[in-house]
Amino acid sequence: MTRYPLEIRIKPRPGLLDPQGKAIHGALHSLGWPDVEDVRVGKVIYMDLEAESAESAVAAAEAMCRKLLANPVTEDFAVALADALEGARP
Amino acid sequence: MRAAVVTFPGSNGDYDLYKAAQHVGADVSFVWHRERDLDGFDVVLLPGGFSYGDYLRAGAIARLSRIMEAVVAFAKAGGPVLGICNGFQTLCEAGLLPGALVRNESLLFQGRDVLLRVDRTDTLFTHDYDEGQLLRIPIAHGDGNYEADRATLERLEAEGLVVFRYVDAAGETTDEANPNGSWHNIAGIINEAGNVMGMMPHPERAMEALLGSTDGVALFTSLASSFAAAGPAVREAT
Repeated sequence: MTRYPLEIRIKPRPGLLDPQGKAIHGALHSLGWPDVEDVRVGKVIYMDLEAESAESAVAAAEAMCRKLLANPVTEDFAVALADALEGARP
Repeated sequence: MRAAVVTFPGSNGDYDLYKAAQHVGADVSFVWHRERDLDGFDVVLLPGGFSYGDYLRAGAIARLSRIMEAVVAFAKAGGPVLGICNGFQTLCEAGLLPGALVRNESLLFQGRDVLLRVDRTDTLFTHDYDEGQLLRIPIAHGDGNYEADRATLERLEAEGLVVFRYVDAAGETTDEANPNGSWHNIAGIINEAGNVMGMMPHPERAMEALLGSTDGVALFTSLASSFAAAGPAVREAT
């Protein structure tokens, strides 16, 4: 078993009103960034998971998303190995 | 009527709901979220509040608590279940009602009285109201914006599953009368079978004139009289 750091991204589904994104969009405009076209606010879950392989770690996290972490009515999700993503983990 | 009020960690409307059910003569018990069964209850009431701090999503963790397995079984067996505010959010998360409640369009927590129009009076929960009757009932929520996919929304309207809507004094579903951005001003819905209802407003806080409104009373008398007439609907739920 290996410990895999995962990054799970959950975002509002396209077409769904995202009031937080809309508010931030307006604030950025008023601060002088008129070119900002769309802002949507999601969340990122950082998780370390023991698994046999990277594939099984990702598959398990996807199952967690379907069962709990994301609401399929309002949210889409993407799971990736954190090491494969750019940027530092907190 | 034997009524169960389920208490989750973070529930805050459970005592109000207890009092409201007692007000119409129900034999009420609190049921803690760690309990496993609802045997002997006629009605299950899920209160408002902020179960599990609304972490992840409102109602998302509550629906995994032990008692919810019994609530789902109770509902599937035809037992009446009413979810108010956080209880409504939990019923949606549990899949007992379609859709989801997302952040209010204004991003502001809304705590005030609103006007509701009763669009269904042929349900267990609303038969003591008149069709189109306007009710003054308080709301208190940050995530009350009802959303679902287009097909679900159209089905709700086609099948007449919307029970309450936010309206103005003329009974019209205007944007100004909509406190949270809900599609078609939806404030409460019921399932096809007619035994599971969820609503964001708080009828249990509109039970006494001294506190501003008695417009919630008829919801509880509707439920109670359903049982006086028909006897217990479900005894062996699990």
